Amino acid sequence: MNIVVYLKQTFDTEAKIALNSSGKIDSAGVNLVINPYDEYAIEEALKLKEKFGGEVTLVSIGNERVQEALRTALAMGCDQAILVNDPGLDNPDEWVKAEVLAKAVSTISYDIILGGRIAVDDGSSQVAVRLADALNIPSVTSILKLEVEENKATVTREIDGGTEIVEISLPAVLTAQKGLNIPRYPSMMGIMKAKKKELKVMSLADIGISIAELPGKMNTLDYSLPSSRKAGIKIAGEVADATRELARILREEAKVI
Amino acid sequence: MAKGIWIIVEQSKLEIRKVSLELLSQGRIIADKTGEPLVAVILGKDVTELSQKVAAYGADKVILVDDDKLAEYTTGAYTSVLNKLIRKEEPQAVLLGNTAVGKDLAPRLAHRLAVGLASDCTSMEIDEESFLTFMRPIYGGKAFAHVALNARPVMATIRPNIFPLAAPDDSRKAEVVNEAAVIDPADLNVIIKEIVIAASERPELIEANIIISGGRGMKGPENYSILEECADVIGAAVGASRAAVDAGWIEQKFQVGQTGKTVSPTLYIACGISGAIQHLAGMGSSKVIIAINKDPEANIFNLADYSIVGDLFEIVPLLTLEFKKLV
Repeated sequence: MNIVVYLKQTFDTEAKIALNSSGKIDSAGVNLVINPYDEYAIEEALKLKEKFGGEVTLVSIGNERVQEALRTALAMGCDQAILVNDPGLDNPDEWVKAEVLAKAVSTISYDIILGGRIAVDDGSSQVAVRLADALNIPSVTSILKLEVEENKATVTREIDGGTEIVEISLPAVLTAQKGLNIPRYPSMMGIMKAKKKELKVMSLADIGISIAELPGKMNTLDYSLPSSRKAGIKIAGEVADATRELARILREEAKVI
Repeated sequence: MAKGIWIIVEQSKLEIRKVSLELLSQGRIIADKTGEPLVAVILGKDVTELSQKVAAYGADKVILVDDDKLAEYTTGAYTSVLNKLIRKEEPQAVLLGNTAVGKDLAPRLAHRLAVGLASDCTSMEIDEESFLTFMRPIYGGKAFAHVALNARPVMATIRPNIFPLAAPDDSRKAEVVNEAAVIDPADLNVIIKEIVIAASERPELIEANIIISGGRGMKGPENYSILEECADVIGAAVGASRAAVDAGWIEQKFQVGQTGKTVSPTLYIACGISGAIQHLAGMGSSKVIIAINKDPEANIFNLADYSIVGDLFEIVPLLTLEFKKLV
């Protein structure tokens, strides 16, 4: 069973966000990590590999800093990695990323493509699903449980207010929700081995895409920071009085109860 | 030529999701300003009876696709039907709620249509060139991206609880059009085995007007009952911080924050939540925030509108009693 994991490197969720002098999100000095939801995807891929054999290939889009995230995933136990790094891919939109990924995986044999259900940076939850459409294979999002036999999978996914169990034939794209598994940490041995694993850096030309033929569909006009909320009123006094006052304020002033 | 603003109406068991009504309400305003007709698109089984309700919320036209194969939402079938309809009718904009269904369907549909998609938007503005532009929170709400889409239709999923509901006008009438469900066989690729909806009288977290959340200060799973009692008095949903979820006290689906649900209720009551940046990212757009925490230095106090420094185990039950007097 061969598995592809679409990995994205993101800011640490503890990172504070600032804009740089050109009004873009400032990445200087920010700690970069594997997108937390992609860790569930990696773990699930490794579990499938342990059960069925085969290889786990990572694919990612980004600059040389992404190699660090890929090496970490290789140290967890993935077998090889492809990084599409090209100056033509400056802030690509979801359409472009999905088309690039579709091309990048077209030379690999795969039964399942796993990704995170959302990336904690742009939060768009699009690329993996778009990739499935580009490849013309089923997609199941926000999965909590995966059982694979032969060339079909039974998947439990999160829906609003509950869960749903669906059956699909493979190959398919699945996106991982928290709760699917508990990701492993790379072992010392894994880290040593990862250094020797193949991490192929490819340009758009290498995968056979001309960026001129792949214009984006979305433009970011500008970035802004939320107006920061200010500390409000601390209601002092005896607990019973303070609570009564809070209820009164919510009713009479804020008018939210 | 006017081609319309389409709202993809989400319904389950003939109950229309609140966010769909919010989109119709806001869609009406945009329709009036742009002169475009507002079109409600409803897929499902026996959905005809929903036409009047969407008309009351502002739809000029209702497109119904009524078919056994659409009785339950599946990615492939819904994508197939909508792709064909949109290619035929060429609307200016297609808007969906950013719900589990919206998040699953919109990217697939956008890719099939070869268009862009603005996800999880919190505002939209009329634009001469792009028809609409959108603001979307990124980094879990720590920043915003203002985006424009350069293909038609412009597509977006809109966060629930952002746009106010219009007062429904039952005298409004809409043109109702039935369309056949044309589904590519290749899109019938998922078999639903089981749907389990957790029995809860409480509102869905992302659509709740009021949320009462507990964090590390809850001390254990058994104590969530005090939040639940309070929630049931005021019709609130119960939420949690990552610390409480990671401790195994409450299920992950209740987690609010950058790695959980993003919410924007009218009232958010944070109990025993310190206010880690990743939690604030998920609830910072709430209209009114209440903090109850015994640590006077807790970060949550820096953004709460009203707060009480004290023991939540004392305060929350008292608050429940006070709320009982009010409702």
